[in-house]
Amino acid sequence: MADLRADELEIGESDDVVRVRQLVRDAAVELGFSIVDQTKVVTAASELARNTYTYGGGGHFRIELLNSGSRHGMRLTFEDDGPGIPDIEQALRDGYTTGSGLGMGLGGARRLVNEFHIESKAGGGTRIVATRWR
Amino acid sequence: MPETERIPILKMGDLLLVTIQVDMHDRIAMRLQDDLTERIVSDHARGVLIDISSLEIVDSFIGRMLANIAAMSRVLDAQTVVVGMRPAVAITLVELGLSLPDVRTALNVEQGMQLLAQGGKTNGWPRDGGPPR
Amino acid sequence: MSTTPTSRLTDIVSRHQEELLNEWVEAQRTAAARRMDLITDVDLVRESRELLGLLQRALADGDGSDIDGPRWEPVRDFLSGLSRSRAASGFSPSETAMFVFSLKQPLLARLSNEFGDDAQALSQIVWEMTALLDRLGLLTTEEYQKGRESVIARQQRELIELSTPVVKLWDGVVAVPLIGTLDSERTQIVMESLLERIVETNSTMAIIDITGVPTVDTLVAQHLLKTVAAARLMGADCVISGIRPQIAQTIVHLGLTLSEVTTKATMADAIAHALDASGLRIAPAIGD
Repeated sequence: MADLRADELEIGESDDVVRVRQLVRDAAVELGFSIVDQTKVVTAASELARNTYTYGGGGHFRIELLNSGSRHGMRLTFEDDGPGIPDIEQALRDGYTTGSGLGMGLGGARRLVNEFHIESKAGGGTRIVATRWR
Repeated sequence: MPETERIPILKMGDLLLVTIQVDMHDRIAMRLQDDLTERIVSDHARGVLIDISSLEIVDSFIGRMLANIAAMSRVLDAQTVVVGMRPAVAITLVELGLSLPDVRTALNVEQGMQLLAQGGKTNGWPRDGGPPR
Repeated sequence: MSTTPTSRLTDIVSRHQEELLNEWVEAQRTAAARRMDLITDVDLVRESRELLGLLQRALADGDGSDIDGPRWEPVRDFLSGLSRSRAASGFSPSETAMFVFSLKQPLLARLSNEFGDDAQALSQIVWEMTALLDRLGLLTTEEYQKGRESVIARQQRELIELSTPVVKLWDGVVAVPLIGTLDSERTQIVMESLLERIVETNSTMAIIDITGVPTVDTLVAQHLLKTVAAARLMGADCVISGIRPQIAQTIVHLGLTLSEVTTKATMADAIAHALDASGLRIAPAIGD
């Protein structure tokens, strides 16, 4: 018997990154995540939300709470209609940058979650689905 | 347009102390970088202590901010020490791949001040002394 | 008035609420699983009344088939709480589930009265009612299960923490002697507790001794290195001691660099290093 609750918000300005963090943190607390796992998933969400804002030109965030039997977790979806990522493999490799600084944080975010799916192509927008179990 | 909130910077002798307690918006972080740079000059500060013991999340943006502050202060002949990083935050930063190599750290404000007093160049203990006591 | 089965069910529950409550409570009192020793009659009546009330409201508000939805949250919450409190009182999960299931009989009696002549309508609504109460009863069992799981998880963690204590050697230095086979989960737990202890004791040095660890695989080695990196980020240094020749070889073969990590062959060497760095030394006591 699955227990599914969801929430969403538009990522249109940099303040929305903080809102995404808060939504994810509240969910992690509700799901009973350990402190370390809370920190990991909220940080991953922060990286991905910021990417959506900075590189995707803004987009859409959705969080679903997955509570079925013995599995407890959350699924985070980040979507944008931005320029897309031409070379996903390279983006996932650490140190990849399109601008100054520490890069897109994609590889790092991937390591912080359990499941990570990314669809993107040049000029075609980006969709990232990250799942973290308790 | 409302004035952006600022993170207060306290002067303690020739040190500046910043305590970050909020989940920072990007604007506040950028503001802090600017404010600190100005204050280092105007207050002739030789050290900056950034207390992040209340921060539950440090992502690559904040990490970059800390690294920038450390670099800028060095240019202005001041040293920066970041103190109070929580274990969960440290574990997550390592997982993210952020090692912040040029940012010196200490467990708390007291040890941070000792580190600044000893003026060591590397993280951890200065070359010619023991651990901060 | 709409005539969907759910609305008829709602209707019946509303109109006969008091009778249903009385019959249901009576059924529980006379049931073999009464457990008079575990729950007072007052509480029994109160809990039954509350569930019936919540049930009636949920049915009135919405669809009887979507018990995962928001309208049924008060019922779900109530049953979760009830399951937990009954488990704590000593009820078995079946006994708790029977609390819900025993409502079927009184409801069945009412439904038969209402739909007596219409066999098809009766079987339809009996099916709806049974399906609903079955799922609610199962909910209590699931909650019991979750409770057990979290107890087990907590005990496992405590066991791991207790078996690898982080000890304070002296002011500013802690040590954790790791013993036995390290799996990924255990290593993570120990490492987290080491970092916590570093903060608690304001220690600037931690000795991780792996003398008692027979083998180190890639995952464990990576966890160790990550812990060292995390400790450094926090402002403390780590020394890994007790690296036996085979482990040294494994680490080299794995291509891991330990160049930034202080390593010592034995715990004794690590302690000497820590003493030195602390500006301390061990000297004979001055004789009388």
